[in-house]
Amino acid sequence: MAQPLAPAGLPARPLRPSRLSLRAGRRLWLLFFLGPATLLFALFMTYPILSALAFSFYGWEGIGRRGFVGLANFVRLFATFPYSQLLANAFWHNVLVFILTMLVQNITALGLALLLARGPWGTKVYRVIFFLPVTLSLVIVGFLWALFLNPIFGIVNKLLAEIGAAALGRAWLGDPQTALIALILVNAWRWVGFPTIVFLAGINAVPDEYLEAARIDGAGEWQTIRHVIFPLLAPAVTIIVLLTFIGSFNWFELPYVMQGVAGPPNRATDVLSLFFYRLAFGEVDTGLQDIGIGSAIAVLMFVLLVAVSAVAAVLLRRREVEMA
Amino acid sequence: MLLLLVPFYPGAASGQGSVKLTFWSWRAEDKWAYDKMIQVFQQKNPGITVEFIPFKQTEYNTILSTALTGGKGPDIIHLRAYGGLETFTAPGYIAALDYETVPELKNFSLTIMEGAKGRKDGKIYGVPFASQTIVIYYNKKLFAQAGVTVPKTWDQFLGIMKTLKDKGILPLANGGKEGWTLEVLSGAILPNFYGGSTFFEAVTRGQTSFKDPAYTGALAKLLELRPYMNPNFMGVDYATMQQLFLNEQAAMFIGGSWEIGFFRAQNKNLDFDVFASPPVKAGTIPWVSSFNDGNYGINAKTPYMEQAKKFIRFTATREFGQMFADMLAQNSAVPGVVIKDPVLKHVQEMNRKATPYIMLVGFRWQAPTGSTLLQNALQAMMAGQKTPEQVGEEVTRGLSAWVDAFRGR
Repeated sequence: MAQPLAPAGLPARPLRPSRLSLRAGRRLWLLFFLGPATLLFALFMTYPILSALAFSFYGWEGIGRRGFVGLANFVRLFATFPYSQLLANAFWHNVLVFILTMLVQNITALGLALLLARGPWGTKVYRVIFFLPVTLSLVIVGFLWALFLNPIFGIVNKLLAEIGAAALGRAWLGDPQTALIALILVNAWRWVGFPTIVFLAGINAVPDEYLEAARIDGAGEWQTIRHVIFPLLAPAVTIIVLLTFIGSFNWFELPYVMQGVAGPPNRATDVLSLFFYRLAFGEVDTGLQDIGIGSAIAVLMFVLLVAVSAVAAVLLRRREVEMA
Repeated sequence: MLLLLVPFYPGAASGQGSVKLTFWSWRAEDKWAYDKMIQVFQQKNPGITVEFIPFKQTEYNTILSTALTGGKGPDIIHLRAYGGLETFTAPGYIAALDYETVPELKNFSLTIMEGAKGRKDGKIYGVPFASQTIVIYYNKKLFAQAGVTVPKTWDQFLGIMKTLKDKGILPLANGGKEGWTLEVLSGAILPNFYGGSTFFEAVTRGQTSFKDPAYTGALAKLLELRPYMNPNFMGVDYATMQQLFLNEQAAMFIGGSWEIGFFRAQNKNLDFDVFASPPVKAGTIPWVSSFNDGNYGINAKTPYMEQAKKFIRFTATREFGQMFADMLAQNSAVPGVVIKDPVLKHVQEMNRKATPYIMLVGFRWQAPTGSTLLQNALQAMMAGQKTPEQVGEEVTRGLSAWVDAFRGR
């Protein structure tokens, strides 16, 4: 950048001090904008995480902290019944949520984005419709779908009966075989608009020359998608895969709203966050707190999320191609 | 969170000459009744005012824990019983009471007082407010319509349910989506088959476990009820159960005595009564499960200990108990209270042969609680994924984490 010209009539300022004060000023601005966020982050994220880490090394009696116990809480979590089984069960459900969300929600989103990118009649309306559930409160979505799926008053079983398929009616949220799947589908219904918009933006960002060049080279529709659009969509995919991963392993609100903290029936919808919540805060009227084990679960979840996200970010980045 | 709670800290609310006590509770729906009872107290104790502050039930424990661990909290605390009380008493947050402070407690039922004591030190930490009993509610109109009467034996019970079902009436409103409603169901049905208090004594002393055929045999009886619930009962939650009974879509509802007030408030025309789960043989008086619902306690750190003790003593008087029972349609824990509600009166009569609600009274002292273990295993059993024997084995194994006698059984 060229040196700033001094206005006519004023002596040119010496270079060094002005540069310094410029840098200092920029720092001040940075501090001004980042400071509050950092402070809030430290207060509501860093501090709780560190205190959970500390709590996990102590023994607990009710809500009272007792002596230092080293890794005893972790040992209990991994080695004693029912905690070891519950941990494996909840973890497996998080994995299932991730896999099925990738398959159902994100592939649907990609399909929708490809269709929308071709600009069919009413594109804007469709875009709004697909995105609408994302703007609804998750609590409302949960309550609504819990009502729809109610085996007696719910609309789902009534519709099935209406079309003569009453035998297909089920206790959707109370049947161990369907409860988790039902929750994953409701979650996908709520979220599908988000990856759709991200993918659509990615597709729209692909320069027209590339597509034209591909067409001139004789590439068909699928070949263009496969060899031109997909590689250039990699950054969007990275973001969506990571967000889906974090969302799946932090999954709490929807199962909490629709099923409560116990992950019923018989832990069929239990996930790590619910398992953590039950032990750290207790279940109303039925279960007691075990803050030591609760904190141990929180620490494990944090380590898992950070480690996997970091590795995945690096691996997925490598596959991305620059739109030079 | 702490900042939000500061205004409730008693120290901030002291006036000149008069003392204001704060009273935290999870019973938001009962505030009107507590306000009236507090007025009576205030008239008799000039210079002391009490403010009743309710919180959302599901958040109450978290808010109370946060306040107490921060050295704050109210002066008077609505507390649960048994293990839910121990959570707060064991670390020393609740002031111990004795017969000198509250002489009225000497006359309380011993079974109920068990729920007001610390398990570790045996001291009394609260004044019990109500006892709850698990019963079978029935709709008199639907019973008459189907031409059935209150059963005297288990076989008759199954028989009337078949009649109801044949006449197109859903016999049982109960469901299994929420595990705790299944624990309640087991609390109603099981005691007559496992032998009530004899088994309770044996299992709490570690002389037997939940693998005992007496217990697993009783569990199997629950499976006999499945044909008389909605075919998709595993998806029926608590609210739906209540709706089915309130809207007269189901003839019976197996639940706790705490429903009486709610049923009356929701449907004034509902003509209902209760009976105890019938025994095997006619003529035997049936067992009912009952328990201490909770206690009023004092914050160990209150600056107004004298005044708080006065209020706590008031809650143990017959005057308080009578107002409590009359206004809230609950079985007051205070002895000698005259129950006017006819249904509640039946409950009180059944309580003459009461046995402790087994998991709450005996096995909710440490995590994993017997309730948590049983509720989940029952969901699996009712959904056809586990046998009664597997339920007994799982509960025993889970409890062996802290019940020494179950280890290696």
